Amino acid sequence: MTVAAPTAPVPAEEGSRLVRRGSRRADDGFRILSLVAGLTVLLVLGLITWSTTKEALPAFRQEGLGFLTSSRWAPNEGSFGAWSFIFGTFFVSFISLVFAVPASIGIALFITEMAPRSVRKAMTFVMDLLAAVPSVVFGLWGVSVLAVQAPGFYKAIGSPLSAIPGLGGAFGGPYNGKSFVTAGFILALLVTPIITSITRDVFETTPPGQKEAALALGATRWETIRGAVLPHARAGVIGAVLLGLGRAMGETIAAALVIGSGRETGLQLFASGDALAARIANEFGEATGPWRSALIGLGVVLFVLTILVNLAATAIVSSAGRRRR
Amino acid sequence: MSHPRPVRLLATGLALGLALSACGSSGSKATGPTGSGAQAQLPATTLNGSGATFPKAFYDASIDGFKEEQKAVTVNYGGGGSGKGRTDLQGGLVDFAGSDGLVKDADKPMFKGEFLYIPTVSAPITVSYNLSGVSQLVLDADTTAKIFERDVKTWDDPAITALNPDAKLPSTPIVVAHRSDGSGTTENFTKYLTKAAPSTWRLKSGSTVEWPADTQAGNGNPGVAQIVKTQDGAIGYVDLADAKTQRLTFAKVINKSGKTTEATLAATTKALEGVDLKPDLTYDPTDSPNPDAYPIAAPTWMLAYKNQTDKVKGTALKAFLGYLVGNGQKLAAENDYAALPPSFTDKAKTAIDSIVVPG
Repeated sequence: MTVAAPTAPVPAEEGSRLVRRGSRRADDGFRILSLVAGLTVLLVLGLITWSTTKEALPAFRQEGLGFLTSSRWAPNEGSFGAWSFIFGTFFVSFISLVFAVPASIGIALFITEMAPRSVRKAMTFVMDLLAAVPSVVFGLWGVSVLAVQAPGFYKAIGSPLSAIPGLGGAFGGPYNGKSFVTAGFILALLVTPIITSITRDVFETTPPGQKEAALALGATRWETIRGAVLPHARAGVIGAVLLGLGRAMGETIAAALVIGSGRETGLQLFASGDALAARIANEFGEATGPWRSALIGLGVVLFVLTILVNLAATAIVSSAGRRRR
Repeated sequence: MSHPRPVRLLATGLALGLALSACGSSGSKATGPTGSGAQAQLPATTLNGSGATFPKAFYDASIDGFKEEQKAVTVNYGGGGSGKGRTDLQGGLVDFAGSDGLVKDADKPMFKGEFLYIPTVSAPITVSYNLSGVSQLVLDADTTAKIFERDVKTWDDPAITALNPDAKLPSTPIVVAHRSDGSGTTENFTKYLTKAAPSTWRLKSGSTVEWPADTQAGNGNPGVAQIVKTQDGAIGYVDLADAKTQRLTFAKVINKSGKTTEATLAATTKALEGVDLKPDLTYDPTDSPNPDAYPIAAPTWMLAYKNQTDKVKGTALKAFLGYLVGNGQKLAAENDYAALPPSFTDKAKTAIDSIVVPG
């Protein structure tokens, strides 16, 4: 190329025009391609909404607002109220976050700030491995080990706490092995790797300068984390938590196995309840007619709730990001 | 391929329903004790089915048995639940569907044409319990209904002691276990209670009913069996196969004629002999009037279209269904299902013969 350059000089203007023409074509192609890809996502979402809503319409028509507010679900008598499942979905997801968030942030901080390099690698590997375990495995462990062993333990914790005024409802009996708290714990195992891996990535983006500055000012390790790492990561951590929440809400088979398929709609940790996705999984195989359309209706409700949670996540993350700036 | 050539030629020339009888009467080498005979090998094809999980163990065994007779025909049975099977058949996703329940009249137009019910096997549903020190227990429909509705909450309740004067019943609280998933077992159990204890049972029947809040749910028969197995004072309805696998103790049940019966396969076949088989081959074996019948018996059917659209598949389907009510019946008992009485299998065979395969 260096040899050819002096003998056959391409006029500068023409050359750049050639490049520009080629680039423009590639640019246009790329724009169309990415537009199509983007629209496909919207199209798929739209089609899902359309077809599920269409299938669920008979149930929505029949029940009206009662589909959301009633908690009487008796398919054999044609009565479909989803409130207990909606409640259970949120309650179990909340419990799972109570377990998972402190654990995840702790693990992520340990990996990024405390652990020696070799341990860090091993921990990261193990967490990724945990994320790859199918949820049914956790569910089976939950139903055949945890749910069988837990009632005695729940009673031991629950009965003294329920004596405290105000906590009687939450910690009172019955102490069921398959319950909100068991499901919450199993879901926590499932969402911890997700929250951990995102928060870890976020913590790692803390500018080294800020940390070094804090250390240079005589801050201890904890003060550095509190002063430099956590404020920097706030938006990302909230995003991670809400992503975990979405995962917990949609988790199906593990929840179906350990939540107990009850109808509890009060904040009773040890009672058997049910969740939207779990109910669908449990009943879809036998359902026909209006029952089937009501189950698809549960799917629509879950879909809408998940979208709302994601919108909330976006809003919180962007507002938290703005505040920092 | 070891069959005598003339027999093979003869059989290939005939539709399979005829072939079965032709081979039988020509006295060729029998494949089983009742000798439905050496058969024409059908051309290679695959039949797919889905539906009821309750008879799946029997169907799986039958599929293996049928494969030995028809080496080129592959049959898959995916389970998934009766509702799924019926929906799949409506959509033409499967060639046949297993169903523990009947198709509602409102759903019939959704099928692609007329379909047949082929009864295959039956099985008892046990009322299994776990109560330390009590190995013998008798229940009747009213008391069972009261227990599962939570009107009777302890084992020493007068309703139970009246039926069990000799047993030493403790005051242990009763834990009721039921299915968390929609199930034909629940449907048949509640159908029995609706029929046999009409004034007591309020929850009606269905594959899911509105169980009282203070009950426990398990996934599938094994899930209910696990609750019964692990908790003292627990009671639940479990199919015979799972109750045996988990070595559960099950109650004797007083039947319609006032006789105390055990959940055995023989008593279940008796239950079928006591009820009438309708012209479309549907029947309800619960609360049978036969004096020797175990009253909580569950039926199950295969559903198939009367007018088949594919010659090879249709012929293979007729052969498979014929096997289920023919040689396959011998596989029922070893898998803890009750074989159908001859009056049922004869009519089922006639129905299978009536399936139209395009020439």
